[in-house]
Amino acid sequence: MPELRKARIATASLAGCFGCHMAILDIDERLIGLMGLVEFDRSPVNDIKKFTKRCDIGIIEGGCCNEENVHVLQDFRRNCDVLIALGQCAIMGGLPAMRNAVMHSENPLLECLEEAYISGRFIRNTTHQIPNDPALPLVLDKVYPLSEVVKIDYNIPGCAPTGDVIYSTLASLLAGKFRGFERELIKFD
Amino acid sequence: MSAISDTGTRRDTTFTFTIDGVEIRAQPGQTIMEAADDAGIYIPRLCDHEGLRHQGSCRVCTVKVGGRSVSACTQPANPGTNVESETPYLTKLRRDLVEMLFHEGNHLCPMCEASGNCELQAMAYRLDMTNPTKFPYLEPNRDLDASHPDIALDTNRCISCGRCIRASMDVDGKGLFGYVGRGIKRRVAVNGMDLAHTDAAVTDHAISAEVCPVGCIIRKREGFRIPIGEREFDKGLIGHEIEEKANA
Repeated sequence: MPELRKARIATASLAGCFGCHMAILDIDERLIGLMGLVEFDRSPVNDIKKFTKRCDIGIIEGGCCNEENVHVLQDFRRNCDVLIALGQCAIMGGLPAMRNAVMHSENPLLECLEEAYISGRFIRNTTHQIPNDPALPLVLDKVYPLSEVVKIDYNIPGCAPTGDVIYSTLASLLAGKFRGFERELIKFD
Repeated sequence: MSAISDTGTRRDTTFTFTIDGVEIRAQPGQTIMEAADDAGIYIPRLCDHEGLRHQGSCRVCTVKVGGRSVSACTQPANPGTNVESETPYLTKLRRDLVEMLFHEGNHLCPMCEASGNCELQAMAYRLDMTNPTKFPYLEPNRDLDASHPDIALDTNRCISCGRCIRASMDVDGKGLFGYVGRGIKRRVAVNGMDLAHTDAAVTDHAISAEVCPVGCIIRKREGFRIPIGEREFDKGLIGHEIEEKANA
């Protein structure tokens, strides 16, 4: 029987804080065993910016807050067999989604940008305007969870998920026997 | 409970009924939930709280008795009945209810100081709610009332369980809170212009940590005294104290 090829994994951080990627490192020494089973394709971990091959598993951290996030996410969906939303921002918008409603404003995006660039008490912005360079990705009206943009196959909850829950999910997915989470491992914080 | 019968002998008035096929003993006047709690069977609940009047509004405790859906916190236990609780149908119904509560308010666990102590969140854990659902997030625009020196109200997180209303009315005798509006617009409101214009005190039972199941009623300056990861529901699933009674 020919030796099975390593599973290819791609990862990306969209509107997240990179904490979920840091949490992947919390797998600790089990990473060594895991790396025997997988290889990384496109990922900030190895700084590969484009897909080189079709991947088995795509792991996305963060929701969609701008146009570029949506493009990256769609690219992942096209190039990955299984797509995993990692962490609360990817699953339900998380902290960036605060700007959707909790700003107590009828126009939360404008108010958010104005406070960040114009009216905030500690802002030093000599241009006195909201950045509008054409090179900047267009900010979306709201922050969207991944599942509202593309089909997501699995969700790993947590902010950030623990290394244990990431490891057990990946290990059982690679073994082809993922059956959901132990209740004690489900955490939204 | 025992009573003295006409002949003067002590007569045992307790009776039995079954929950998911397990026979449990109940006293006359007990609700299904009270009898289940005593027997170490946990029925999920949000609007019901020990020491407060039963309300039966969240419907998370829905059980089937004789094919009918009833709220276990208000339905009296009856001798010989068979109550269904942990069936796939009822678990799905409960999860749907909890999901709808998440979608109805602004429940952003990573930014909430109640995370880990929150009964809504703990109920989601218990009901295996890990995926986003078919329901759209309503993302309502709700008020934050930080006028009181010791208390803040973040109504984004309110699930309208009414526990604060009953605690304030029945235990504190103040009537700080009440329901306003109808249907989906029904909200818990403060009896006054804002919280600072009421006689609310941080020592009220209605303000205590155990009454508000979510992070709506906030006691200022104590939010992160206990770090995330060492809080109430980090130690065990919601209801584990009740379930441990059965093993004891």
